[in-house]
Amino acid sequence: MIDTPAKLNSHAEKLAKAKAKTGSTILVSLGTCGIAAGGRPIQEKLVAEAAARKAEIEIVEVGCMGLCHSEPTLEVINNSTGKSVIYGNVKLDQVPAIIETASKGIEAASCEVLKPSWFYPEDNETATAERIQARIVLKNTGKINPEIIDQYLAVKGYQALSKAVHEMTSQQVIDTIIESGLRGRGGGGFPTGKKWAFAAAQKNDQKFVLCNADEGDPGAFMDRAVLEGDPHSVLEAMAITGYAINSNTGIIYIRAEYPLAVKRLEIAIEQAKKLGLLGDNILGSKFCFDIQIKYGAGAFVCGEETALIHSVEGKRGEPTVKPPFPAIQGLWKKPTVVNNVETFANVCAIIRNGAAWFKKIGTAGSPGTKVFALAGKVKKVGLVEVPMGTTLRQIIFTVGGGIMNDRKFKAVQTGGPSGGCIKFDQIDTEIDYESLKRLGSMMGSGGMIVMDEDDCMVNVAKFFLEFTLDESCGKCTPCRIGNKRLFEMLTRICDGRGTMQTIQDLKDLSYTIKDTALCGLGQTSPNPVLSTIAQFENEYLGHIKDKRCEAGVCKSLLKFEINEKCVGCTLCARNCPASCITGSVKQRHSIDQNKCLKCGVCMEVCKFHAVERK
Amino acid sequence: MINLTINKLPVQVNEGETVLEAAHKLGIDIPTLCHLKSTGGCHIESKTGSCRVCVVEIDGRPNLAPSCCTPATEGMKVITSSLRVINARRTMLDLLLSDHPKDCLTCEKSGDCKLQDLASTFGLHRIKYKGEMSKHEIDVSSEAIVRDPNKCIMCRRCEVACNEIQTVGVLSGIGRGFNAVVGPADLRPLSETKCTYCGRCVAACPTGALTEVDHTYKTWNAINSGKAVVVQTAPAVRVALGEAFGMEPGSITTGKMVTALRMMGFAKVFDTDFSADLTIMEETTEFIERLKSGKNLPILTSCCPGWVKFFEHQFKDLMHIPSTCKSPQQMFGAIAKTYYAKKIGVKPEDMIVVSVMPCLAKKYEAAREEFNASGNRDVDIVITTRELAAMIKEAGIAFDHLPESQYDDPLGESTGAGVIFGATGGVLEAALRTAADWVTGKDLKEIDFTAVRGLDGIKEATVKVGDVEVNAAIASGLGNARQLLEKIRRGEAKYHIIEIMACPGGCLNGGGQPYSDGKCEDILTKRMQAIYKDDKNSKIRKSHLNPSIQKLYAEFLGKPCGEMSHKLLHTHYHGRENV
Amino acid sequence: MSCPITSKAELAKLSPAKAEELDGFLTSLPLTEDREKNRGFLIQSLHKAQEIFTYLPSVVQIHVANRLGLHLAEVNGVISFYSYFTDKPVGKYKINICTGTACFVKGADKLVDEFQRYLGLKVGETGTDGKFSLINLRCVGACSMAPVVMVNERVYGKVTTKMVPEIISDCK
Repeated sequence: MIDTPAKLNSHAEKLAKAKAKTGSTILVSLGTCGIAAGGRPIQEKLVAEAAARKAEIEIVEVGCMGLCHSEPTLEVINNSTGKSVIYGNVKLDQVPAIIETASKGIEAASCEVLKPSWFYPEDNETATAERIQARIVLKNTGKINPEIIDQYLAVKGYQALSKAVHEMTSQQVIDTIIESGLRGRGGGGFPTGKKWAFAAAQKNDQKFVLCNADEGDPGAFMDRAVLEGDPHSVLEAMAITGYAINSNTGIIYIRAEYPLAVKRLEIAIEQAKKLGLLGDNILGSKFCFDIQIKYGAGAFVCGEETALIHSVEGKRGEPTVKPPFPAIQGLWKKPTVVNNVETFANVCAIIRNGAAWFKKIGTAGSPGTKVFALAGKVKKVGLVEVPMGTTLRQIIFTVGGGIMNDRKFKAVQTGGPSGGCIKFDQIDTEIDYESLKRLGSMMGSGGMIVMDEDDCMVNVAKFFLEFTLDESCGKCTPCRIGNKRLFEMLTRICDGRGTMQTIQDLKDLSYTIKDTALCGLGQTSPNPVLSTIAQFENEYLGHIKDKRCEAGVCKSLLKFEINEKCVGCTLCARNCPASCITGSVKQRHSIDQNKCLKCGVCMEVCKFHAVERK
Repeated sequence: MINLTINKLPVQVNEGETVLEAAHKLGIDIPTLCHLKSTGGCHIESKTGSCRVCVVEIDGRPNLAPSCCTPATEGMKVITSSLRVINARRTMLDLLLSDHPKDCLTCEKSGDCKLQDLASTFGLHRIKYKGEMSKHEIDVSSEAIVRDPNKCIMCRRCEVACNEIQTVGVLSGIGRGFNAVVGPADLRPLSETKCTYCGRCVAACPTGALTEVDHTYKTWNAINSGKAVVVQTAPAVRVALGEAFGMEPGSITTGKMVTALRMMGFAKVFDTDFSADLTIMEETTEFIERLKSGKNLPILTSCCPGWVKFFEHQFKDLMHIPSTCKSPQQMFGAIAKTYYAKKIGVKPEDMIVVSVMPCLAKKYEAAREEFNASGNRDVDIVITTRELAAMIKEAGIAFDHLPESQYDDPLGESTGAGVIFGATGGVLEAALRTAADWVTGKDLKEIDFTAVRGLDGIKEATVKVGDVEVNAAIASGLGNARQLLEKIRRGEAKYHIIEIMACPGGCLNGGGQPYSDGKCEDILTKRMQAIYKDDKNSKIRKSHLNPSIQKLYAEFLGKPCGEMSHKLLHTHYHGRENV
Repeated sequence: MSCPITSKAELAKLSPAKAEELDGFLTSLPLTEDREKNRGFLIQSLHKAQEIFTYLPSVVQIHVANRLGLHLAEVNGVISFYSYFTDKPVGKYKINICTGTACFVKGADKLVDEFQRYLGLKVGETGTDGKFSLINLRCVGACSMAPVVMVNERVYGKVTTKMVPEIISDCK
């Protein structure tokens, strides 16, 4: 039992001393992606190989390193020098070489070496030309084994909680968070400390701390990485929040699609309780805090805080009007603080290092960092944590490596279905909450999808509306019926049946929906429409006036034709799933436009470039 | 007190009051659709804030706010009719209409539909945002209620009525997104649920999504059939019927109603108040027996079919304590087709009994399999107060100009005790009047048991009946009934007799009465006052002193709870599934 | 089926072992007379029930409602709201095509078309032989492997339309 701050510190010191000074440590990235990419067999083989050679190598299973583009990844650390190397796209047959070279303290020539582009502000590191990512939230993710609490304790784990309950008053904790300027990372950007202060001010025998781990934004996987890789940072932060607002109960609402995260959280909670770091009389203080896990069941709208609360209550996840705000009247009508995983993951560092330290990073209006899930047509898909104020160009081209297949950048979409698209000429924008809003988009939870010339922006808007339609709870008129009408209008445009009036109607209805919808989902659902109309009006006009889809995506506007280059090899006809290509051997073939499915297979298989897409 | 301005006009409200209420104080009526609030005997509050029709501009808020559920705060500046607000409201209506069937002309709710009213107010003649419409099956599975999910606007009023007020629990939001509607589990037919047909949902629904089954055409056909068609009228009908003709709420329209019914072609016009007196004879006898034996107490009244179905589904374990008496409607039917039919030499199969009720559950009750004591359906057709009003208008009868007429004999004579059945507490008071006389053997003059009157949902009173202290409770509204029943289940109830009505306020607020859409308090009180006024003005005010009733026993039934009574006037209940 | 005893008996008609397992789970919950507190356990109870029975037929819904003291309509209202829950039987192999944004830009809609064509099923349908169910999934968070297809627990990454027959044949 660790029931005093002194015991906590001495335990951490003991762990530091016990750390191996010789040999190597190999960290194997085993988040969901890593496992799916085949990381497990590699880990097992490493263990077997190391044992066979009796090598002084410890294999540690860690969470996601954020280098999703090159999974499976692993990091080899030389314990005496502290130097390390990261290998990507690791193959099973490279394992012997990895073990061999690790023992010798050199790099394996056969392996692909990845250069990490991040630094650790908490270790007083600063940015360099190569290392622009600042890891606060992801500090331990990919560094420690999340299923062994000692590894968290060895890196100052639970010291923030200890400081809070033994050296600070609840008010001081709140003041520190307010002072730090931390804003909600779920997308709302509301000042976190202010939310805590509202809840703390309520007089009630019961209050709740809710962690929003629903992460429903398609294309977002930051929270998953943190929960799978560093669950204790969230648990510790929730306990600190409980101390600040005078609550003894924490609930993590997590989507059912994250079974590994659930497993790691359950293990973490159990281990923390055993040591007296959660549960009754934490660290020997009078403060008690318990954490439960509740599952979502597949509803994006449950990421909205009132919907989330109703889901925890066992009801349909329908948002309710605010005010009253959850901090005043939330779960079972008690004062409740709802914060996102990433918001919590900042708390411990702020308490450990102070508000002033945090404010030095980022911008004045948005201190700290933001984790982005960079995906889409970019070379290096993965997690990117940068100080606020970093530009989109830096993220996409420096960290992300630019566009795949050397295609042309067209837009970057931020904020998920609530956000908008940003063009190349805006790419030097310094990211923070306000700047993205000014561009017609928003921060959202951090999804960042890169699009190239092969993406049709009208279809992108239609895609997001389709998502919204599926996920709208159906309660309020503008979202339930309004979004359906927006989707129908976009479909008309993509099918070549749109008119100039359609664009005007889209805009009018979009503004009204934004103005009248009951919750954030409806209020932001028209953003993709408004954003793409504003930024890519020419594409809309092309669909309407010229009946043409420039990117070649909207099927109804495509025409596949066979030109004079055709030699009559019949390959296309044989592959056509609709059997709509006719022609005899050695004669030019033709496509029956009435039957054509516009699937493009004929163009794919033709070796003579005889199939054109118009 | 809170000070704010609406459209630059200052107004003061209490803490907790909404912007909508503040506007109302200034005479500004912000249009609403899903909002419903009333207090008094029919407390129901539904402010989901989902239709977004009542939105207003509030200084400092980036988006429009729903005035019905936004609390007024000090210094708030509200604008209710800028172009921005009006455009938003029109768009909401446009969207709602774009997903709504356009059959107003033949819709049951035409003329009483809030959506229709708003469309008319806003002059919406063209729908801008046309598109796909929801496609659901219309539920005509029951005798009482029609459910058309295509007209559902997700206002959730019916859900609030069914789950929170009545606690029956048949309705919920089902599905998600565009196709979400409010309905029973799996959107199954109502006849496959524990719906009590109390009709609170129909009373709450602002559109034609929930309406009653129309029996007017059947009634016209019956009148033209050549058979002997008799009609009975429930006590609560006469104090509400006038509202459909623009008369003051609380007008006692008995005489005109009888005239109109005769003009419509009914052979005989009788009074359910008569059979209410009959019910008192039977039920008081039963009650006194149980009081003496101390067994199966508290006795629960059983004249409300909504309430009966409620306990058959959800309180089966207590089925031994309700009275075995049928309701006045059903007793009437049984007597009409035996005693009366014999008197006029008509075979039961050649007589049609129509009843006019304030209630939807009565339609279901008349169709209950076991109610054929006469060898045929005891009651053939039930129409509501609303349907009667419609038929009177159809027949071109100018109701408020009609002269007054009397009911026919021998089933038309009644007492004050019979008419008070229409108010919550009335059945109990009528029973107490008779019980007091029978137990003391006197003709008591103090017969106004005011302790059991009033629109409160649960009332308790201890009344002296002779030497006995009778503990009585009255519940109206099934949610209140549940409270009492659970008390009984837990063994905490020290009552001897409990009167229960499914509708808050009693039958005068029945599911078949003229719509009062949230303006409940005033209207209910007025109807109630009319009932007690009618009672006060009655020549005879105790059921057992009704000469026609005395004759019925002498000539036909023998004695209360005797063999003939048990055959015709008593029933038993069936446990049903709690789904 | 109006009380927990009769509804459990009805459930046992489907499968005595499964009925026992579900009922055992429900018994382990700290349920009381307070239906609002009980309601807090509804979603996890439905997860468990679906895990045991693979879907949520009426008899299961009624039993869960009875044990928790809730109305069937409320339970059904919750089931019909959340994508995870289904009241229709599912196929032996659930083919989930991720249609999150990252997979969308990598051509997930072409995969949807191809699976639909190859299996002769529309998204949301289960084949009459009970072998395959075709489902649209919303983002599993494996965006680096877009486009992603999950067959039961197995994840296929960087899927192309050409891989479809192979994925189907993996399902023995």
